[in-house]
Amino acid sequence: MSAHTTQGGTKPISSYLYKRAKVRLIGLIGLPMFWIVGVYIFSLFLLLITAFWFVDPFTSKVIVGFTLENFISIFTVPAYISTSIRTLLIALAVTGVCVIFAVPLGIYMAKIARPWVRNTLAVAITLPLWAGYLVKIIAMRLVFTEEGFFNWALAPLGISGPTFSIPIVILTLTYLWFPYMALPVFTAIRQIPPNLFDASSDMGAKGFTTIYRIVLPLIVPAIIAGSVFTFSLSLGDYLVAKFTGGSTQMIGSIIASNINLNPPVAAAFSMVPIAFVVIYLMVARRTGSLERM
Amino acid sequence: MKAKKLSAFSLLAVSALILSGCSSSDSAGVKIEVPDIPMHESMGEFEGEINIVNWAGFVDPKWTDKFEADTGCKVKSRTAGTSDEMVTLMRTGQYDIVSASGDAALRLIVGGDVQPLNVDLIPNFGDEIAPGMRNNIYDTVNGKPYGVPIGRGANLLQYNDDVTKGAPTSWDVVWETNSPYKGKITAYDAPIYIADAAVYLMYHKPELGITNPYALDQTQLDAAIALLKQQNTIVGEYWSDAVAQITSFVGGNTVVGTSWEILRKFAGKPNIKTTLPKEGSTGWYDSWLVSSKTKNVNCAYAWMDYTSTASVNGAIAMNFGMAPANIAFCSSSAEAQAHCDEFAAEDEEFFKQVWPWTTPIETCVDGRKDVKCTSFQEWTNAWATIKG
Repeated sequence: MSAHTTQGGTKPISSYLYKRAKVRLIGLIGLPMFWIVGVYIFSLFLLLITAFWFVDPFTSKVIVGFTLENFISIFTVPAYISTSIRTLLIALAVTGVCVIFAVPLGIYMAKIARPWVRNTLAVAITLPLWAGYLVKIIAMRLVFTEEGFFNWALAPLGISGPTFSIPIVILTLTYLWFPYMALPVFTAIRQIPPNLFDASSDMGAKGFTTIYRIVLPLIVPAIIAGSVFTFSLSLGDYLVAKFTGGSTQMIGSIIASNINLNPPVAAAFSMVPIAFVVIYLMVARRTGSLERM
Repeated sequence: MKAKKLSAFSLLAVSALILSGCSSSDSAGVKIEVPDIPMHESMGEFEGEINIVNWAGFVDPKWTDKFEADTGCKVKSRTAGTSDEMVTLMRTGQYDIVSASGDAALRLIVGGDVQPLNVDLIPNFGDEIAPGMRNNIYDTVNGKPYGVPIGRGANLLQYNDDVTKGAPTSWDVVWETNSPYKGKITAYDAPIYIADAAVYLMYHKPELGITNPYALDQTQLDAAIALLKQQNTIVGEYWSDAVAQITSFVGGNTVVGTSWEILRKFAGKPNIKTTLPKEGSTGWYDSWLVSSKTKNVNCAYAWMDYTSTASVNGAIAMNFGMAPANIAFCSSSAEAQAHCDEFAAEDEEFFKQVWPWTTPIETCVDGRKDVKCTSFQEWTNAWATIKG
């Protein structure tokens, strides 16, 4: 009894919280909930509301009201439909290329490379993250200009590279988001116990069979985690298309050009990538990989 | 009642036209409905600060220091990248004055975001303003001045002489599918670029009846959009970022396309040149416009007066790379004269072929009364469909 009171005397906060579960909970998640609901969800909500407003045709001022016109235009204007599909395909392609690069690299780094090679590669993968986003895009632009590094390097072979177009956009986006795929994949492969590889080869499986039947199933959650980044970041981007895409238009380009001209259309259009990501997450959830993330 | 009022007004307008003889053709005769906002009657005490929305290079310590010392108005500048951004910023009501191009100016005027000016309070706004910058419809509405001219520049055809071997004489190299420079063409990335298509159509398809590229009825707009969609198949890049446009020309990705004299200068290559093709072109004419919600109206007037002096106006023009509005600057020194010659500041024949950017509105600015013209909002919506 006396021990109890002394404890209460020396640790008043702990004893206060000990008796009050609700206060404890608020203390734990209050700040993150404020961030998620107060800042994140609330601003999305404001965005959604704007999408129902319209613009005065005479003064081009935003008028508070209600119209579904902005959403209808997304599904009826051919240019908008083709842009949405193009953006979706670009984002999927970026994700695919990232996976194709990340898996072999991860296997090599985790299981084959000597420690110093592994460390060097890990630094090399994360290094681009330290450079500014715009700097990297401009760098890619310079590499692929007509008189840029790429054409200069290939000129002796008589090859000239592609001009600014969708393939360069995919390449640049891959360059930007690759670390987000490579790191989780690498970590996942490292966590695969070595004896699984031994068991696989003991049972007569060759290298590719082992990768296909042992490694891939175990790293699917990591690939999904990485793809959430590569996919959603690619969906929302517009500067890459602007600087390395030539006349390529993406969803982000439409939002960016309407942000001053017609904010309600921009707001309506910003719902498209959100819808894509939600659908993507739902599909990922169905495969069961989100639980294992 | 309304019709009566209107007809009475047009009678008045006609008589005003007769009285003023043939002063300026552009703004007279077109009645545009604008909110009634009172103008500043007389100068009062300086408020101590002025908030400016401006193009990069329009506000610089080189000339603001003296202004601040003279008036005590502290200059706070916000640089905007596009006309559309300027309009958005001015509508927040947080800024006193803006260096608007014509495509932003008329939007602000009809929206009631800026106030008519009392030119008596701007003594430096005088006879030395280039004739082509006076009384234009984008900043002079129903005979009332709303803007003080700063400077102007044309949207020229820039070309890589090493490839084209001489100046193209027509804009057809950027519009027609048989262009030898297919895939290496750049176009300006904004709805106002529709006017460039209209300028081309004015020359090549007179049957459309376009007399002013900013007064397009639905049929004419459709024709311009069709031309822009055709251009989309041969265009290499759209530019709104000046640096991207320069690197595109210097790097060889672009051979022909829309440009400004100053961008040609920044490219800094002797083989990158500009020309004004036979069809003429569009251009940007910038003026100071004062917010209707300003709390610093005296500082704003002082700023307009100060920047209209030949030396300050010339300094802004040289810093930005455009033709100054106050051509008295040109004769002030050999360097000034060289600048004026390079940017055709005193060459009214040159600027006669240039259509100043003007916001398209429902009232046809070419004076047509029997049709409704397409508004900027319709241009914006149409522009979004071009790039597909």
